[in-house]
Amino acid sequence: MPGTKEIRAKITSVKNTQKITKAMQMVATSKMRRAQERMRAARPYAEKIRNVIGHLTKANPDYHSPYLSEHRAVRNIGIIVVSTDRGLAGALNANVFKQTLLLMRDWQAKDAGAKLCIIGAKGMAFFRRLNTPIVAHVDHLGDRPRVKDLIGTVKSMLDGYRDGELDRLFLVNAQFVNTMTQRPSVEQLLPALPIDTEGLQRHWDYLYEPDASQILDDLLMRYIESQVYRAVVESVASEMAARMVAMKSASDNAGKLINEMQLIYNKARQAAITKELAEIVGGAAAV
Amino acid sequence: MAERHTIQVDIVSAEGEIFSGRATMVVAPASQGDIGVAPRHAPLLSTLKPGEVRVHLPDGTEQFFFVGGGAIEVQPNKVTVLADTALRAKDIDEAAALAVKQRAEEALKDRSGHITQAEALAELARAAAQLKILARLRKQRS
Repeated sequence: MPGTKEIRAKITSVKNTQKITKAMQMVATSKMRRAQERMRAARPYAEKIRNVIGHLTKANPDYHSPYLSEHRAVRNIGIIVVSTDRGLAGALNANVFKQTLLLMRDWQAKDAGAKLCIIGAKGMAFFRRLNTPIVAHVDHLGDRPRVKDLIGTVKSMLDGYRDGELDRLFLVNAQFVNTMTQRPSVEQLLPALPIDTEGLQRHWDYLYEPDASQILDDLLMRYIESQVYRAVVESVASEMAARMVAMKSASDNAGKLINEMQLIYNKARQAAITKELAEIVGGAAAV
Repeated sequence: MAERHTIQVDIVSAEGEIFSGRATMVVAPASQGDIGVAPRHAPLLSTLKPGEVRVHLPDGTEQFFFVGGGAIEVQPNKVTVLADTALRAKDIDEAAALAVKQRAEEALKDRSGHITQAEALAELARAAAQLKILARLRKQRS
């Protein structure tokens, strides 16, 4: 029976691959659920701090923070790119990189250079090949990123903005729409866009400790940090969702392949038996 | 009646909500000394030192929360504590900023050709495909 043994070996190997992809799919599913919970947990802080900043800008219009005003000409933009550390997640990273390149090209047309801050190992592997300066990098934050691991990246970009090295700051990350859809999103962090808050019509002001300008700058920094943190958490959830889908289709494809090969194997086996029978019958007839 | 003698308290950190509920009084470690906030306090905004936030609940009990710094916003009927999850200080932040810059430089310099497992697998797949084509060509020729 030539061939049947090879086919059987191949089936076994595809089955092993399928076992791996199935396991990865299940791991991604459970990790995605936890990442989604963390996304939800980060929401109250982002909302509250947004409200406070909104109140503050309304209550105290005489202080103008450099982080809020938008008067200077744009010569350099900073982009915080959030990517994943590991691959096998479909086109997730590729989409984020494409969006980043588009953004860079847009601003290049307006004579503005770009400086990058890369979060995640995959982003580094991609952007190091370009000539764009990378001013900050952090990777291997794990499935449960902490705010304290992001302070450095945010601070270095904010410093760049304050010192006039950057005139705009953008954040590019994969947005988690739902399990099946993750969309790259581009968001302007600085200058912070005006924040609307409901209510509070009449004139009033806070008592400040120590003083308004310091609190506002402090809060804006925390606000940007929380935005970046949210982006990273969302990116983890997107990564897991994308991987889950990619691994599911890989498992399905492996299943199809196994079925096809099983059919070929059965046919080969049948043919071998028929041939053997024919030989026996032929042999008996000859006697 | 209870509405007028209590105040809504929300304590949140970037990584999650810590406390949300009504209280008769809140004591927080503001940067210029502890402050006690009762219902209908004047609007106040202050940074916080690391320390504990004490929340007096309507049932007479007290709850404690440690905050590593942050900010407190007081509205007449509402207190919001924005807690930091990490210990913050100017020099710590500075060091963190420096670390990520170095990290970027190192990663850029490191062109020694460390290939990751994913890259190795892709390479392997490519080699296997080439071998397959070679085998087919050989079969055609014979």
